[in-house]
Amino acid sequence: MRVRDLMLVGGVGLGGTAMMIGRAATPPGATISGKVTFTGTPPKMKPIDMAKEPFCARLHAAAPVLTENVTTGPSDALRWVLVYVSAGDQGSAPATETVRLDQKGCQYIPHVLVVQPNQPLDIYNDDSTSHNIHPLAKVNAEWNKSQPIGAPPIHAKWESPEFIPVKCNVHPWMHGWHLVLTTSHYAVTGEDGAFRLQGLPPGKYTITAWQEQFGTQSQDVTVTGSETKSVSFVFKATPY
Amino acid sequence: MGKLFAVVVTIITVVSTAIFIAHTWWLPPDISAHGHAIDRQLSETMISSGVLFVLSQLALALFAWRFGDREDGRRVKPFPGGATPMVVFAAVLVGAEILTLTLVGAKVWAGVFQTPPDPNSLQIDVQAEQFAFYFRYPGPDGRFGATHPELINEASENFFGLDPARDTSARDDIVVPTLTIPLNRPIALTLRAKDVNHAFYVPELRIQQDFVPGLTIPLHFTATQTGRYEIVCTQLCGLGHYNMRAYIEVLPQAQFDQWLKDKAAQQ
Repeated sequence: MRVRDLMLVGGVGLGGTAMMIGRAATPPGATISGKVTFTGTPPKMKPIDMAKEPFCARLHAAAPVLTENVTTGPSDALRWVLVYVSAGDQGSAPATETVRLDQKGCQYIPHVLVVQPNQPLDIYNDDSTSHNIHPLAKVNAEWNKSQPIGAPPIHAKWESPEFIPVKCNVHPWMHGWHLVLTTSHYAVTGEDGAFRLQGLPPGKYTITAWQEQFGTQSQDVTVTGSETKSVSFVFKATPY
Repeated sequence: MGKLFAVVVTIITVVSTAIFIAHTWWLPPDISAHGHAIDRQLSETMISSGVLFVLSQLALALFAWRFGDREDGRRVKPFPGGATPMVVFAAVLVGAEILTLTLVGAKVWAGVFQTPPDPNSLQIDVQAEQFAFYFRYPGPDGRFGATHPELINEASENFFGLDPARDTSARDDIVVPTLTIPLNRPIALTLRAKDVNHAFYVPELRIQQDFVPGLTIPLHFTATQTGRYEIVCTQLCGLGHYNMRAYIEVLPQAQFDQWLKDKAAQQ
């Protein structure tokens, strides 16, 4: 049974909440849920000045976009953390639905996007300015494509598992991630830092949390039946 | 045919000269303390070369009008000594003009580019990269943090490769994408390129200077008018060159001080 947490971003992502939407009915199997938080003082989320691109600067004139490399939420929650089954997965069917990445207001939405190998990925330019998407892949083939105003979506896919940083060659502040995973048991934390992995067959799993600046943490968890186990990840934050 | 050619040459000469005299497509207003010297030099160059241009074109038209339709095959009048002395004479004439303009112009250029900046200049670091400019101010401590190219990370807005974890002087450095400067205060820029050649060109400031990777290039000027002006890259630096620009914002001193204070508080 394949379980997928689909992450949608509300609004234009201006500090909005990433909602974790599971399947309508809870799939059979165990659940591992929890929260990702930090201790210490995280780096400041700095306002991004988009003066170079007047179209995007106007869009964010009232509320500047903040850097997303370390995004915090209430109660020391950490947003944009990938939590996934890094070992023990008992088989994940390949995903076929198309994942959408938007370039909107000179931001990548979502900031962290997860796909499985060969899953279709459509990349849209929603702005009245050109973008140049440049995934800095090392295992997969690196590419770099311009997408002018009104251009059709770029159809892409990644063949091999890899965590790929993505930048825009025209707008240096634009930064995101394409995370290519073989497992379908994953979640990306929202503003509350919560995650939920459902439909896990009984067994022993290694659950890994990845944050782009703080790195990874892993825990072994054994589940049986339809129990729900709670796991927490706490990253040590430093201001610089 | 010779008369038609003479008419066309005369029309081209008159129209193009009129366009220059009327300043139809001219430089934008000068907003720099040194710009008047550049503008004066440009005018002298345009006048001296313009006079020669008009005289030579009109002479061409005159000869074409008078002799272009002759069909008897006679030469008008040979240059004394033949073709070689004529070419030498032309080369010396044009060479003398170019050399004179170079010597006079070099003095103006050196007055801008080879003089030391005012010791009280506001120091600002400039980093050019494909395809943006970033500007760094030393912050309240008055000192720039050291730069480490390997630490450059656009995701965290560390465009200069600062190391605030270990280098306390880097913690208050102010990095912005708009060059904000106070009015009538000498500005000393230090230009560095992250990747390839770029250029810093502000027509209103009468300043154009290349960035060269590996070189630290000083540049200084004083802005004499408030306003917002465009900084453009004039070295073809890659596919996104068309979009490599930034803005320079010239503010009265009090407004600039407030701006700097606000930015320092955000660090």
